[in-house]
This record gives sequence, C-alpha cells and structure tokens, in this order.
Amino acid sequence: MPNGVMDDAGPPPRWLAPFGWFTLLFIIGSQVFAIMTSPPEQNMGHLQKILYVHVPAAWVAGLAFLLVFIYSLLFLWKREPRHDLVAAAAAEVGTILTALTIALGSIWARPTWGVWWTWDPRLTTTALVLMIFAGYLALRAFTEDDDQRGRWSAAVGILGFVCVPIVYMSVKWWRTIHQPQSTMESVDSPYAIGLLLNSLAFTALLVYLVASRYRIARLDRGIQAREEEAALTGGRVHV
Amino acid sequence: MSWQLEASRVRAIVWKDLTAERRTKANFNAVVFFAALTLLLFGFATGPNPERQREIAGGILWLTILFSGVLAFNRSYEQELEGGALDVLLLYPGERRSIFLGKLVANLGFIALVELILVPTAALLYQLPFGNAPLALISVLALGSFGFVTLGTFYAAMASRVRAREVLLPLLLFPMLVPLLVGAVEATSALLGPGGDVMGNSGSWIRLLIVFDLIFLVATVLVFDYVIED
Repeated sequence: MPNGVMDDAGPPPRWLAPFGWFTLLFIIGSQVFAIMTSPPEQNMGHLQKILYVHVPAAWVAGLAFLLVFIYSLLFLWKREPRHDLVAAAAAEVGTILTALTIALGSIWARPTWGVWWTWDPRLTTTALVLMIFAGYLALRAFTEDDDQRGRWSAAVGILGFVCVPIVYMSVKWWRTIHQPQSTMESVDSPYAIGLLLNSLAFTALLVYLVASRYRIARLDRGIQAREEEAALTGGRVHV
Repeated sequence: MSWQLEASRVRAIVWKDLTAERRTKANFNAVVFFAALTLLLFGFATGPNPERQREIAGGILWLTILFSGVLAFNRSYEQELEGGALDVLLLYPGERRSIFLGKLVANLGFIALVELILVPTAALLYQLPFGNAPLALISVLALGSFGFVTLGTFYAAMASRVRAREVLLPLLLFPMLVPLLVGAVEATSALLGPGGDVMGNSGSWIRLLIVFDLIFLVATVLVFDYVIED
C-alpha cells in the first residue's frame, strides 16, 4: 500500500465487506418475508407493517446504548482508545436508530391513537434517551483532546444509561396518577416470526454499522497522527 | 484519620468558593434577579387567571429553579480556570472527590440562598399557601435541590471547559433531571393543593427524590476522578 495511513488502522477486516452484503440481503429478505406472510391486522390493517422497522430499530438502539455503557466502563478501566471509539460508534448508530424509532412511532400513532404524540412512558423515555445521547455526541464534538473526550463521554454515557430506567419508572408513576397507562397487546404468532427475523437482521446491521464507523474513526486518528507528525517535522503529509 | 482530612479539604473548598462569591456577589445578584424575572415571565405567559396559575405554580417554581440554577454551575469552575487555579488545586494531595464534594456543598449553599429569595417571591406572586405544610415543602425543596446540584456540579466540571459551555451544560443536564423534575413538581403541587396534601400523594414522590439523589450522588462521586484528571 503506497500510503502509510491505512497501515495505522490495518487493512479492513476481511469479514466486513461480505458481512455488509449479507446484512443487506438479510434485511431485504426479512422485510419481504414479513410483509408477504403477515395478514392485514384487524384494527391497523397494513399500517401494522411499519412495526417491522419500528420495533427492530428500537430494539437495536437499546442494544447500541448497552454497547456504549459497556465500552465506556471498559475505557475507564483499561484506557484503550479503541474502547472509546467503539462506544462513540455505537452512540452514533444508536442515536440515529432512536430518531428513526420515534419518527416511525409517531407516524404509526397518528392513525392508530389519533395523535402524533402522547406522554406514554416508553415514548417519553425514548425521546429523553435521544436527548441524552445528543448531549453525548455534542460533548464529543466540542472536546479537543482525545483522552479527555474519551473520559468525559464515558462518564456521560454511563450516567445516561443509569438514568434510563429511572426516567421510565418515574414517567410511569406520573402517568398512573393522572390517567391509566396505555397497554400494548401482545403480538400474535403470524407477526412474531417476521418481527424476530427483522430484529436479527437489524442486529446484523448494528454490527456492520458500528464496525464500519469504528474503522473510519481509526483511519481518522491515523490521519491526525500523520498531520501532527508532519507539522512537527516540517515534512509533507502523505494522505 | 483520613476521612477527617478529607472533611477538612471539603470544608476548605466550600469556604474558598463561598468567600469568593461573597466578596464579589456579582453572580449571586444576577442569578437572583434572573430568577425573579423568570417568575414574572411565567406569570405573563400563563396569566392572568390566578386559579389556573396556582394549579401550575409547582411546575413554574421548579423550572425557575432549574433555569436560574444552571447559570451558577459553570461559574463555579470558570473561576478555577482563570489563572490556572484548577491545576494548582489538582496538585494538592488528597482525593479528587473532595474537590467535587466541596464544590457540590458550595453550589448547594448558593442555590439555597437563591431559593430563600425565590420561594417567598413565588409565594407572593402566585398566592401560594406555603404555610400548609412548611416542613414537608422545605424537605422537597432540599431533596430536589440536592439532586439538581449534584448532577449540575458534575456536568459543569466538563461543560465549563469547552466551547459552547452555555448550551452544552443544559443539554447534558436537563434530560437527566426529568425524574427529579417530575417528582419535585408532583410533591410540591400536592403539598400546595387546596387544603394541603389530603390524598397523601407527596410521600411516594419524596421517596423517588431520595432514591434519585442517592443513586446519582454515588455515581458522580465514583466517576468524578476520571472527569477531572488532567
């Protein structure tokens, strides 16, 4: 390889590209399967199909934030930059998927419940998770030093994750005092397989996106190191 | 006895911060007037029906505390950054957490003084029956303020040291405070209701505040070492 930057991060892992294709086919296959096999729902009709993206996106967003929590703890413990970069990659993917979850939920809620928004515990908790991790990403964007950014965002990620169940419980109590909580009917079997398949497909998507984002972050660090070196030695940057 | 040493370190930080604040007063006066202004603005935005205003007064009071209090936290670290005072502070022997606990107590004192003026003002403006259950209301104020100041002092340690600190601190802090806001507003509203808290609703919200305060006091003290180290 002519440039040295790629060497810093190493060659892309051999599994990444094939896994990306596999994920794409998996998602297309699961969506087609779920849409073809599911009968129109009694109350919702074909609107129910939105759940095949909404539910997997929500599930995978939660998984992404669990990754942020675990890798933040790992970073504070071991101090290895790669843990920080994985946490950041997972936070970005989780934030996007949370926004997608809320948008789809809102589109689904309008015809089903008659409103775009309701102060339901799951809905409000999801919105607050979006805010907490928007703050996490903003803090990262505003911090200059790599190690400081890692420690600070790890602290925010850990506290944010701890806060989620407390937010959920408090909103739940708040709602039960003011009005009964809306309940979700359990999912019937013709829809369950489609949901399960799509959740797995989205989990693969999470792995692929986090791995790709992590790799970009590693390349970015490599370029930074080159530039600093070039600035110090007066040499040219080989990018 | 190491905990006695730590307690004296915490006291030293509290004394230093409060003395600096007492001698300048610049921050305190501005925050108090901002708080009073916020109370007036909420009045204009929700008025002029006094019945309706009294119903939502708990929410107005707590939002005013959050909006004016958040202005104080960054300041508590900014004065350390001027002249590199924070670096010197970090060089002193002893646990880093005593810096955090000292700043927490100093900020708590600051917020308590602001509330000492803010709460009677709110009672006057919105005709609130604070005499109904004064002790319960004071404990709700204390518990709510404690959790608020704990997280505020913690996040300000980071936010005060970056660009865009004015927007970053509330962005980091306020989403985390939702359980506290819900608990404090519900408890305050219950206690301020006609005839006092006849339904006994405030008790469970006060328990929520206690749990919230404990969880985040422990979490912030554990993590603070990593935040301040440099």
